[in-house]
Amino acid sequence: MKNRRVLIAKIGLDGHDRGAKVVARALLDAGVDVEYTGIRQKIEDIVAITIQKDVHILGLSFLSGDHMTMLPKVMKQLKDAGKETLPIIVGGIILKHQIPHLLEMGVKKVFLPGTPLQEIVGFIETI
Amino acid sequence: MQKLKDQKRRWEQTTLGKVLARSPEQEEQFVTESGIPVKRIYTPLDLEGRDYGEDLSFPGEFPYTRGVYPTMYRGQKWTMRNYAGFGTAEDTNKRYRYLLDQGMAGLSMAFDLPTQLGYDSDDPVCEGSIGRVGVAIDSLEDMEIIFKGIPLNKVSTSMTINATAPVLLALYIAVAEKQGVPQEQLMGTTQNDILKEFIARGTYIFPPDASIKLALDIVEYCAAHVPRWNTMNIAGYHFREAGATAIQELAFTVADAITYIEKALERGLDVDDFAPRLSYSLGCYMDLFEEVAKYRAARRLFATIMKNRFKAKNPKSYLFRIFSGSCGSTLVTQQPINNIVRVTMHALMGILGGHQAIHTACWDEGYAIPSEDSARVALRTQQILAHECGLCNTSDPLGGSYYVEALTNEIEEQTMGYLEKIDEMGGMINAIENGYVYRELQKSSVEFQRKVDSGERVIVGLNRFTMEEEAAVEQDIFEIDEEVETIQKRKLTELKKNRNNGEVSDTLQKLAEVIDRGDNVMPCLIEAVKSYATIGEICNVMRAKWGEYKSPTHI
Repeated sequence: MKNRRVLIAKIGLDGHDRGAKVVARALLDAGVDVEYTGIRQKIEDIVAITIQKDVHILGLSFLSGDHMTMLPKVMKQLKDAGKETLPIIVGGIILKHQIPHLLEMGVKKVFLPGTPLQEIVGFIETI
Repeated sequence: MQKLKDQKRRWEQTTLGKVLARSPEQEEQFVTESGIPVKRIYTPLDLEGRDYGEDLSFPGEFPYTRGVYPTMYRGQKWTMRNYAGFGTAEDTNKRYRYLLDQGMAGLSMAFDLPTQLGYDSDDPVCEGSIGRVGVAIDSLEDMEIIFKGIPLNKVSTSMTINATAPVLLALYIAVAEKQGVPQEQLMGTTQNDILKEFIARGTYIFPPDASIKLALDIVEYCAAHVPRWNTMNIAGYHFREAGATAIQELAFTVADAITYIEKALERGLDVDDFAPRLSYSLGCYMDLFEEVAKYRAARRLFATIMKNRFKAKNPKSYLFRIFSGSCGSTLVTQQPINNIVRVTMHALMGILGGHQAIHTACWDEGYAIPSEDSARVALRTQQILAHECGLCNTSDPLGGSYYVEALTNEIEEQTMGYLEKIDEMGGMINAIENGYVYRELQKSSVEFQRKVDSGERVIVGLNRFTMEEEAAVEQDIFEIDEEVETIQKRKLTELKKNRNNGEVSDTLQKLAEVIDRGDNVMPCLIEAVKSYATIGEICNVMRAKWGEYKSPTHI
């Protein structure tokens, strides 16, 4: 897990970040270089961090139902910044029928509530 | 006691010993949800040295362990108050009228994130959030629609609102006035507990000092003008949802309460003028006995603090009145109908714990805004428990259970340990800012996740008794109409065209002056919302004066 930098971020107005922090902690414990942004971040700031810190994987957590609005914007801004290949993983309260749309949008993987942490850590190791 | 000790030893050596030799117990150590070790059996030996009168007394008497009122549910049942609100004001009005028609006694308002964070619906940062997790409100116009046909002198309303609580209360007072109901008659609650927002939930706007000033503006204003209003609902629920154990939840709630009370006293208020209108909220998790013990310990501990530490004289200041909520994090998205059973248990804990108001979650909450059907089932759950199960016949029915009494004592003691530690740090604000509260929660939530992942903590449908192919339940899931955002923005444009904009700028200017002088903002806010100034406009004045707070992040 060396040289793999993960950024866990919360965008939009949602303040629920127990999940984001628990995932970040699990990655940290697995030896991953991980950072958590805190809540209510702007997409442009997240994109800037991924460039500045040469982030390899971006993890976004959504619990307030704004993911279908936010994710296309994230994708667009990453593309504009030349980071369209950055793997994005998404977790939180997401309806099953939305998953294919998210994958089509370019999201690498969606983790639903109840996913064991080991599964998330394991997946990140494969990227 | 000696005789009992001998008898117990005999039992252990004979009856019990024989069985244990044959078949050991399922676990080496049994513990509560929060990790308190649980013995095989509890007897009067576990309560040795305790005094009934001092520890328990009678309902309605100090230290209120057995309940805050003398007759409890024999006199009046708890208020069934389920959290609701979504989409536009019209959508929410329809849902509220439906729930009231179905026998719900009080409203509990859910606001969307822009409303909670002081943004108008047309602010670019709100895109995707309008009407999502609650109703979208921009101005008095929306409030008028929400309460159309709902008489505010009869219905009580609880609002889960914090950073913008003074604005929402001002809107409520203004809409009541339009209905011809004077503020003296209003009943309800503003959550108005900003401290926990810095740790859990996250809807803070301003730095801690300004935030607490605003919260106390409500306390002070209502003490003088809205006597039946519960000015704060100091909440442990959100700590629990952020990962706290039952003990941490109670400790941080009481530590927050201590902070608000100290700040109010510094401001020159008399404790007995405002403490009777403070109310409390604790979560209902999954361990029934531990939860009931937590509520009982909360009442006793709090009454003692009010009496000894704050020298309150009015017995109403001693009351830890509880509004409880099903902890959403105990609900499981896999096989979600099972959540009805979990929620039934939550309500049962609240009833056995002697709560004044109870919220029952909807089984589909893990996915989305509850549908009308699931909202009705949540309400019916409380009605069944209230009318069919004999739960209201006597006060504190678990009181006197050796186990529950021992747990109550244990939780009280451990909570006091936390409170001492927080006092040593100089109080809750310091404990939040130095990361202590955060680290405690993180420790517990990581530990909980570890237990779930390892299967040590069984969650039916998630890590045991799972199903490969689940029945498609999502087809019934209620989704917010994407149109809400467009409608809300259109309404806002119209409003800004049609109102008296001169009057709006005058009231906003006046608000800026009130803030500069450090006066209570409430009278001025009521004026501002009556001129149809929007929540965003009002909060922008405050942002300009106080700035915005950025919370430190740790993992």
